[in-house]
Amino acid sequence: MAFFFEVVLGGLLAGVLYSLVALGFVLIFKASGVFNFAQGAMVLFAALTLVRLMGWVPFWIAFPITCVVMIALAFIIERVVLRPLVNQEGIILFMATLGIAFFLEGFGQTVWGSDIYTLDLGIPKDPMFILESVFDGGLLVDKLDVFAAAVAGALVVGLALFFQKTKVGLALRAVADDHQAAQSIGVPLNYIWLVVWSAAGIVALVAGMVWGAKLGVQFSIALVALKALPVLILGGFTSVPGAIIGGLIIGMGEKISEVYLGPIIGGGIENWFAYMLALIFLLFRPQGLFGDKIIERV
Amino acid sequence: MTSSGRVIGDTLLKIENITLSFGGVRALSDVSFDVRKGEIRAIIGPNGAGKSSMLNCINGFYHPQKGQITYKGTVRQQMRPHEAAAQGIARTFQNIALFKGMSTLDNIMSGRLLKMKRGFFWQALYWGPAEREELEHREAVEKIIDFLEIQAIRKMPVGKLPYGLQKRVELGRALAAEPDLLLLDEPMAGMNVEEKEDMCRFILDVNDQFGTTIALIEHDMGVVMDLSDRVVVLEYGQKIADGTPDEVRSNQKVIDAYLGVPH
Repeated sequence: MAFFFEVVLGGLLAGVLYSLVALGFVLIFKASGVFNFAQGAMVLFAALTLVRLMGWVPFWIAFPITCVVMIALAFIIERVVLRPLVNQEGIILFMATLGIAFFLEGFGQTVWGSDIYTLDLGIPKDPMFILESVFDGGLLVDKLDVFAAAVAGALVVGLALFFQKTKVGLALRAVADDHQAAQSIGVPLNYIWLVVWSAAGIVALVAGMVWGAKLGVQFSIALVALKALPVLILGGFTSVPGAIIGGLIIGMGEKISEVYLGPIIGGGIENWFAYMLALIFLLFRPQGLFGDKIIERV
Repeated sequence: MTSSGRVIGDTLLKIENITLSFGGVRALSDVSFDVRKGEIRAIIGPNGAGKSSMLNCINGFYHPQKGQITYKGTVRQQMRPHEAAAQGIARTFQNIALFKGMSTLDNIMSGRLLKMKRGFFWQALYWGPAEREELEHREAVEKIIDFLEIQAIRKMPVGKLPYGLQKRVELGRALAAEPDLLLLDEPMAGMNVEEKEDMCRFILDVNDQFGTTIALIEHDMGVVMDLSDRVVVLEYGQKIADGTPDEVRSNQKVIDAYLGVPH
């Protein structure tokens, strides 16, 4: 039994990382209806910036600088890409984010180099045992995973407060619901876009930091974004709690199926499990677990 | 239409020679009229006459190619919607544009966005001045809810409300901004008789009690004639008449536009 819980817990902790990436997508999708293909590239760019800055200055200086870089990036994207495309179809904005993705991947690696960097956050990587009094021998968990979960939790609480309690949050929800009406009550769209892209940039930074500490900062981090897709299909594109729970379900499902189904149908389940689950959801519940219900009035 | 303390003041909004085209289609040509402080001004006309376009020019959704708009003594040709809102112009839409996922309370609260002063840091803390401000806004919103008699649906998500009530919430959101000029785009479209009567009463009360200047578009002639002080009539993007309801009613051009001319 202890082994089962260990697998579940490991899966949940891994899922937290998927949630972090998915969260960035949800933020931008909610506020502007744009599916931001560049989220993965932003994660990579943020992680590269952070890790290279840490070559010169300690973490507590490098982190805020990287935050500023991500906000500056949001500012430039709003000015150069989004503003000229205002009122265009969603698909056109999506294509534009594809362009941003390629640009950021190339630009990031040109400026910061394309080697694999190790990101040391000072958290010991050695595993530890918890709940030794409940289970015989305790459960084995990775300290870094626990740290990631704590960070993700703090981020979600922060975002929830921001959305529900503040003036900017109210404006954000207004824009997410209806652009025209939001403008008519005095919400400047450009400013809101700047805010969400900045928020998504900082979420990308946190995701990049945690992934980078686990796997090393390298190009494959940008591909993590692909894993966020099934998470979004599960959780719904418009739901922040959906992104979190979707990530947890996929992380847990991957690990459980790998461990218990792996020996029966051959390993490697972890690689396709998420997509399979997404496919099933697309067939039976396309709006996801928490997404807004799709109702077409005839 | 004679109520207690109504005073019609000077010109609040002056539209001069506005021309608006979309590609080759001319939506408005050379339209001029004014709105005086404290009055209820109606814009009427057949479908496609350019009424909504006119409203959209005033609140900055459309930018006319020619002409100028003088609002509170300041001349401008165009403006962005959030700037118009900041200067005290609020509006409702022909097809209801509410924030469907939010409750009635939040929708009306969103109308007060521009009145909220404290930064989000203070609000997140919900402490001291921020708390006081929040309470102030809540009180203003509750007043509007009482005024519009929608206490019962305070917590309901507006997407689930019947059409007539949604229109009322939308009016509430516009009122929450405490506007100087209120633009109503067909506030009674698609309502039954009872709902229309309610809406008429609210519009008159808003004008009477808050002294809000109102410019409205409406199709129901009976309603327009009862409500408004002055009426401007558009047809094919041009102004064909302007005056009191009685003057407009007896204008031959208006009769032709609405009933058709025998050929």
